[in-house]
Amino acid sequence: MLRYTLKRFGVALLVALTVSVVAFTLLRLSGDPAAALAGEGATEEDIEYVRKHYGFDQPLLTQYSAWLVKALKGDFGVSVYLKTPVSEIIFERAPTTLILGLCALSFALILSIPLGVLAAMYPNTIIDRTALTIAVVGQALPSFFFALVLIIVFGVWLRMLPISGSGSWLNFIMPSVALGYYATPAIMRLTRAGMMDVLSSDYIRTARAKGLRPRVVLFKHALRNAIIPVVSLSAVQLGFMLGGSIVIETIFSLNGLGNLAWQSIQRSDFEVMQAIVLTVASFYIVLTFLADMLNAFLDPRIRVH
Amino acid sequence: MKTKLMIAAALAATALTSNAALAGKADDTLNWSTTRDVDVALPYFNNVRETVILTRHTWDNLLYRDTKTFEYKPLLATSYKWVDNKTLEFKIRDGVKFHNGQPFTADDVVATYNLVSKPDSGVLTKRNVSWIDHAEKTGPNTVRVYLKNTFPAALEYVSGPMAIFPKDIWATAKKDAKGKPDYGTVAPIGTGPYKMTKVVPGERIELEKNADYWKGSPKGQPSIGKIVFRTVSDPEAQIAELLSGSLDWIWDVPKDKADQLKLIGIANVVSAPTMRVNYLAMDVAGRSGKGKDNPWLNDKVRKAVAHAIDREAIVKNLVGGAAKVVHSACYPSQFGCTSDVPKYNYDPAMAKKLLAEAGYPNGFSTDIYAYRQRPVTEAIMGYLGKVGIKTNLKYMQYKALRGFAWDGTAAFHNMTWGSYSVNDVSAIASHFFNGGRDDYCRDQSVIDALKKGDTNTDPEVRKAAYKQALTTVAKKLCWLPMFSYSKYYSFTHDLDFTPTADEIPRFFTAKWK
Repeated sequence: MLRYTLKRFGVALLVALTVSVVAFTLLRLSGDPAAALAGEGATEEDIEYVRKHYGFDQPLLTQYSAWLVKALKGDFGVSVYLKTPVSEIIFERAPTTLILGLCALSFALILSIPLGVLAAMYPNTIIDRTALTIAVVGQALPSFFFALVLIIVFGVWLRMLPISGSGSWLNFIMPSVALGYYATPAIMRLTRAGMMDVLSSDYIRTARAKGLRPRVVLFKHALRNAIIPVVSLSAVQLGFMLGGSIVIETIFSLNGLGNLAWQSIQRSDFEVMQAIVLTVASFYIVLTFLADMLNAFLDPRIRVH
Repeated sequence: MKTKLMIAAALAATALTSNAALAGKADDTLNWSTTRDVDVALPYFNNVRETVILTRHTWDNLLYRDTKTFEYKPLLATSYKWVDNKTLEFKIRDGVKFHNGQPFTADDVVATYNLVSKPDSGVLTKRNVSWIDHAEKTGPNTVRVYLKNTFPAALEYVSGPMAIFPKDIWATAKKDAKGKPDYGTVAPIGTGPYKMTKVVPGERIELEKNADYWKGSPKGQPSIGKIVFRTVSDPEAQIAELLSGSLDWIWDVPKDKADQLKLIGIANVVSAPTMRVNYLAMDVAGRSGKGKDNPWLNDKVRKAVAHAIDREAIVKNLVGGAAKVVHSACYPSQFGCTSDVPKYNYDPAMAKKLLAEAGYPNGFSTDIYAYRQRPVTEAIMGYLGKVGIKTNLKYMQYKALRGFAWDGTAAFHNMTWGSYSVNDVSAIASHFFNGGRDDYCRDQSVIDALKKGDTNTDPEVRKAAYKQALTTVAKKLCWLPMFSYSKYYSFTHDLDFTPTADEIPRFFTAKWK
């Protein structure tokens, strides 16, 4: 297990490094960063001043090395636009994205686990098909479109929920549903498959034979075993949600990392963009790493192979 | 039953606690929104349009540019004069107070002008202040502003971005990470019709009516009690908020949505002109190559392009509203602009004839670069295709295209320019035809004529010089000016509001019906 852990950890570090290199390079290849920062109408002298001031005249490798050394110490530079240390901005905005991600995941689990259990209990029936349809619609429906439908229904027609901002817990309801619905099919199908597998196993037959109530058999014995792989999948889905929050946060004007990424792209705030890419990638890498560890712990065959 | 009641109660509680409350006339609060966020709400240190708008409400300038006549009226200065080509003198008004109660004096003008014109002041849009050499108090109520060079358009900037702050405020600036004063952190204190009372960076900015705003201001007296700006990043969500009543005013509504809003009738929809101009630039100077295979060097090819495109149809069907075809490389209201230049009507038969005469009887292929309103560029491509000019669209972000335009690669590009709402030809023609990186004409007679117009304070001399330059640009077709844009505004029926062409909504002149 230790060897497997170290191997996965090494891969995770390599992935993080690769992401940082790719993000750094692509940002600087997207146009002249000095001209972008200097703004429209800047003179040649203004642009040269910005180029020297921010070190854009240095070779790319030198720029990257300098940035990496500072980043490893937690210093992601200063936002050109906000004139504030980037790490401060990230810390300020990250909680909103985390709350959104966790709420979205909660919604996905609340919707998909019962659907998966129902589908497994009544396989190949209308209940099974309906549950699958509800789940698949979530994957087929673009999240931005679904978000707008929610806005129309709950924001405009019914006027029940606020449409934008992050001032209260009510502001997170529609965004969580819009973001979480996309993860429903994967979790639902895994739950269904796991439950069907477990429900046909010998120890469940024994439990039924012993006269245990169906609810006890289902929740105490079957679901507890079937849900284990869902936990590791949820970790990965959470990573997706954190990275995919940019659209939802922009639509609902939530002041999280996703919205910040969108604003930084528009303003060519390179330092912030880079830090966000690395932060979100790191979240995803950590969650995937934890999911791998959990899977390996639960299934020793994974460690061997 | 118990579960059902709980659900009903929860829904009811949600409805009661929802903050999707009606805004507007009922609580004397105008809620407006754009898609952009404002993190720094001070003029000079943020150059987004929203800050420009908030600046006009919170601060006054020395002069005020009338929105209809474009003449300069006294504001914090009671009068002005040109002492010489490089010196402006202002008489400062008495009896005006800043929002913190401090009296406004000539010293405040001097302090503001001298600080923002320093190279290390941190001012973002350098063109707004780079014309200033220094300011000096020459009497108890007299200030002289010395220019670095003759710059007659200076009054545009005096009446535009040059907001006046209290002199002592700069000392309160926080220090940045390098120990340098960050002047963008000072308090938002001005003399304007509204006080800035709350700033939540990136989310909202609140203004309250300045009940003590000085009488006799050309801005009038503010009527609406409170103005709240919110960022709503998604245009669809903005419209939804307008429909639900939690927003009173939005702009930049796409044409198709504006048409739908008009049909619904739940809000006013108004189209107003803007100073932004769409144009096609052609590589007359041969920056992309001077060989025979550069079709843009041939004036018959350029004329063919001009005759091939039905600009009226594009304006009517794709842009709409108050948009208009323009014939000159300027916006019609800009000082020095003239439409008395060679014009090119839509005549595809003439276009084909000219191409044949130019040696392209079967047309030719070319790249076209663009960054904005793709349907417009695609319509242009369609018209050109009909006469044989096959275009390959290179559509990209503005910042990327700007690089290609600057290095001469974008021999044929479709771009726009807003002149920073400066009502002077120097903000457009002199920018694009001064021999610099944006100039695809590089005609010395144009460069000289523009320089003459830019550096002479006699209005008639300036007009004549600009007319000469604009006529040559039109004759050579360095640009084919396409149209001036319009903007759709949508606001509650309770609001009496009139938009202006400079894209600066003035809520201090608006009122509830």
